[in-house]
Amino acid sequence: MPSRFQRFTKENPVDFIIQNVLNALQWGSFYALIALGYTLVYGVLRLINFAHGDIFMVGAYISFFVAGFLLGPIVGLSPVMAFVVTVPLTMALTSLVGVTLERIAYRPLRRKGAHRLYVVITALMCGLILEYSNLALLGASRLKFPELIEKQIWNLGGVTLTNLKVMVIVAAILVFLFLQWVVTRTRVGMAMRAISYDKFAIPLMGIPIDSIIVVTFILGSGFAGLAGLLFAMSYPVLEPFMGMLIGWKAFIAAVVGGIGDIKGAFVGGFLLGFIEVGVVSVFPSTYRDLFAFTILLLILWMKPSGLFGIPQSTKI
Amino acid sequence: MKKYSLNMLLIVFAIGLLFAAHFRIIDSYIQIVVMTIGINIMMSTSLNLVNGNMGEFTCGHAAFMCIGAYISSILSVFCFGTKFGAPLLPAASVVIVFPIILLIGGAVAALSSLLVSVPSFKTRDDYLAIISIAVNYMIISAIENMDFVGGSRGFQGMKDTVWAMIDIFDGPWMLFWVINFTVFTVWVIRRFISSTYGKGVNAICQDEVAAEIMSVNTNKIKIINFMVAAGLAGCAGGLYAHIIGYVNPQSFNILKSTEAMVMVYLGGMGSLSGAIISAVIFTGLLEVLRSQAIVDGLLSPITFMFPDWEPSAGVIKWVMIPLLLVIVMQFRPEGIMGNRELGDVFPKLKKFYRFK
Repeated sequence: MPSRFQRFTKENPVDFIIQNVLNALQWGSFYALIALGYTLVYGVLRLINFAHGDIFMVGAYISFFVAGFLLGPIVGLSPVMAFVVTVPLTMALTSLVGVTLERIAYRPLRRKGAHRLYVVITALMCGLILEYSNLALLGASRLKFPELIEKQIWNLGGVTLTNLKVMVIVAAILVFLFLQWVVTRTRVGMAMRAISYDKFAIPLMGIPIDSIIVVTFILGSGFAGLAGLLFAMSYPVLEPFMGMLIGWKAFIAAVVGGIGDIKGAFVGGFLLGFIEVGVVSVFPSTYRDLFAFTILLLILWMKPSGLFGIPQSTKI
Repeated sequence: MKKYSLNMLLIVFAIGLLFAAHFRIIDSYIQIVVMTIGINIMMSTSLNLVNGNMGEFTCGHAAFMCIGAYISSILSVFCFGTKFGAPLLPAASVVIVFPIILLIGGAVAALSSLLVSVPSFKTRDDYLAIISIAVNYMIISAIENMDFVGGSRGFQGMKDTVWAMIDIFDGPWMLFWVINFTVFTVWVIRRFISSTYGKGVNAICQDEVAAEIMSVNTNKIKIINFMVAAGLAGCAGGLYAHIIGYVNPQSFNILKSTEAMVMVYLGGMGSLSGAIISAVIFTGLLEVLRSQAIVDGLLSPITFMFPDWEPSAGVIKWVMIPLLLVIVMQFRPEGIMGNRELGDVFPKLKKFYRFK
């Protein structure tokens, strides 16, 4: 957590700033990875998938069990091999959870033409179910994530850099580029943009609307699973409510960037990371939420539809 | 007769409840449950004003409850408590001053609702949702950083006020105030919604642009609507603080807001009677499932197969209630009452009462 961050003592101020920028990039990457999932689903369905933060939590738990299984006596892989296998397996299983939610909870409501807000409430309830059933099944004990990749600490003239930190940042950037490519360059992405443009005319054009939505959920939940795995590796203590606060914050980041826009979610996530780490490096860490949310509120006051969002025009 | 039947029924019910509580026919646990139901009715009907009648989507209603709770607790400790020095007012005046304290708490909460209502001029839907969540987090975080009200350790000392009332007359005072304020809330909301302003609120829900063309001053109506809702939530918070005798910023977090939202959408958007019914059902469910015996009985087929698994009622409760809600949503996607009132669902009832 940021409270553990190195405080400004007798070091070189430049090193202090670089160190904090790196920390901010790492936190921003987590926020961005989750915010991308929010924004993908929102962009297609205009549905705030409030269960997304909990899908992130489920992803972390899935990666824990997968890694434990692969390292255990039955399979017995070496840690590096286990990591290589865990990444795709976690993503696949987590996206399965996301698609299941869509299939059993959201799709029937959508078919019935329920009001949009009722679907949002259902999503909120699904998040609660995930959290508390996890608590009921696994108990309140915190789980310790096994060390998959040996931690390497590089010391570059006062600035410490771990290989995990670099990995998280690189992963966030790669996921952003991949999603940007999918949405703007592929046929699936074109269909997604079309659905968000007009949901009623698109089935008439022969586009299978339900399969496109499933693809959206696969992408969003899969990358939430990746974020869960990376988070569990960086902060190796798992608990059922870890997804709640980070999920809400990532959602706020997505909105500040302009929800429904891939670039907006990416920028919003990093913005939130920078604000939080910036506040913590100057003020006591209890002020983090107060300042972060005040700044985000001010941004939304200035630009009501987010940094990159297009203001919706109301038809008369 | 028709004109007064509902009022008579309410008065008889309230007096019966108070007598039963006074002569210990119902024990203090049932009293607490009844008071929680009252507070939840206040929360759900006031949120219904914004989320149901106006069609906005705010998810930070607990923030206003938090402000009301803290302001009224601080005032009541100043006036009758000993925590900040000698009491300012004589203990005999508590019966008159206590409702005023609650109303002041509500008024401050109403003022703080400007944080949400001013941005709502320009934005709707999901952006407003996020603004309200941010306001909820901001207020909790701000109170956690205020040391003179205890910060994250919480604040207590309001029980002095309740004891001052009991010194005057030994009776169920808090139940009395909860009943009064619940009826007051429902009355205010009903009068507000059937007034000219209320028509404007419904017009904004239908179509904001068209309402503006029809000379509805949308900004003014939004501010008033948010203020009424937040003020009533603030009164509910003040009552809650005095019943429990202890407030903590984390008890007004996003989970509390979620509870209020669930009650609104379970009852049906824009239905006052739906909000009341769902608040009663929801609170009742929460209390019933609190008992470990009932939960064990419900889960006996599963625990029979997996004897090692020992579920605790406090956790299972929060799996069952959302599950129940998801299932209800699948069969009745518009909530229990839709956007109709009780009289519209059962037209024959209209012969017996008039509700204004």
